[in-house]
Amino acid sequence: MKSTELPPYARAMGMELAGTDDGSPVIAIDFSPRAMGRPGFFHGGAIGGVLEMAAFAALSAELERQGVAVRIKPINISTEYLRAGLPERLYARGEVVRAGRRVANVRIEAWQSDRTRPVASCWMNFLLSPKTP
Amino acid sequence: MNDPQSPPESPLDRFINAAGFNPRDWTAHMNANGHSGFIGMQYRDHGDIWIELGFDWREDLVGDPDTGVLASGPIISLLDNATSMSVWTRVGRFSPQVTLDLRIDYTRAATPGKSIVARAECYQVRRSMAFVRGIAHDGDITDPVAHAAGIFMLVDGQEWVK
Repeated sequence: MKSTELPPYARAMGMELAGTDDGSPVIAIDFSPRAMGRPGFFHGGAIGGVLEMAAFAALSAELERQGVAVRIKPINISTEYLRAGLPERLYARGEVVRAGRRVANVRIEAWQSDRTRPVASCWMNFLLSPKTP
Repeated sequence: MNDPQSPPESPLDRFINAAGFNPRDWTAHMNANGHSGFIGMQYRDHGDIWIELGFDWREDLVGDPDTGVLASGPIISLLDNATSMSVWTRVGRFSPQVTLDLRIDYTRAATPGKSIVARAECYQVRRSMAFVRGIAHDGDITDPVAHAAGIFMLVDGQEWVK
């Protein structure tokens, strides 16, 4: 997956690329019934899906910059839900803390109208392996 | 008391007012729409402190179009719902709660085409928190695709829905 391509799940959920910020793609999603959990709010899993997509996109962009062609697989994710996801547009952006030879560590944040009041904070680890032809 | 001005009881009101908690009934009514409905979550089984939910593989839930492997987003959502419902199953009634944190280890990629099952349990409840864990697999629970641990905060019902 290139950093500028979103997979079927992300497109079906209505996620889109909303530009880049300091080299990392920003993923955006409008509130919709498909993203709703308890009535009137984003589902925690939908927020998790957006956070993961932002992590993938940030890591893919970083690896493209380094000119490294590897497969990336998620190892784990840990999410803190800080505020309720309101029925309005939600954004997420990842920051690659380290991309080594075998493992990459990414921090991700999601926010809505006020970026200083994050909705969720998250870290994700990835396994990097050589691309098999 | 029946107030003629009050709106008709919604499915959620019914669960809030119910004496017990029926996971099958909850899944049929509360997971039929919204995000859970989109993922296609279905009730499978439950016991005293645990519950099993599942969903079928679908092309529009795929995360890697080259291999057909599911995105991990739907697996997070399934584990979020199953762990959440395990709390109500354990305490025997619905009570409003929000996810404080959820950690998921992806032990292997899900096999393309196979349904995903999450088995989740609530292993401890305190006055303000419920502690949960869960396993997601695609047919064999001893060869899981993901393992989850999380905490829910029990909250005031007034703020829970809009």
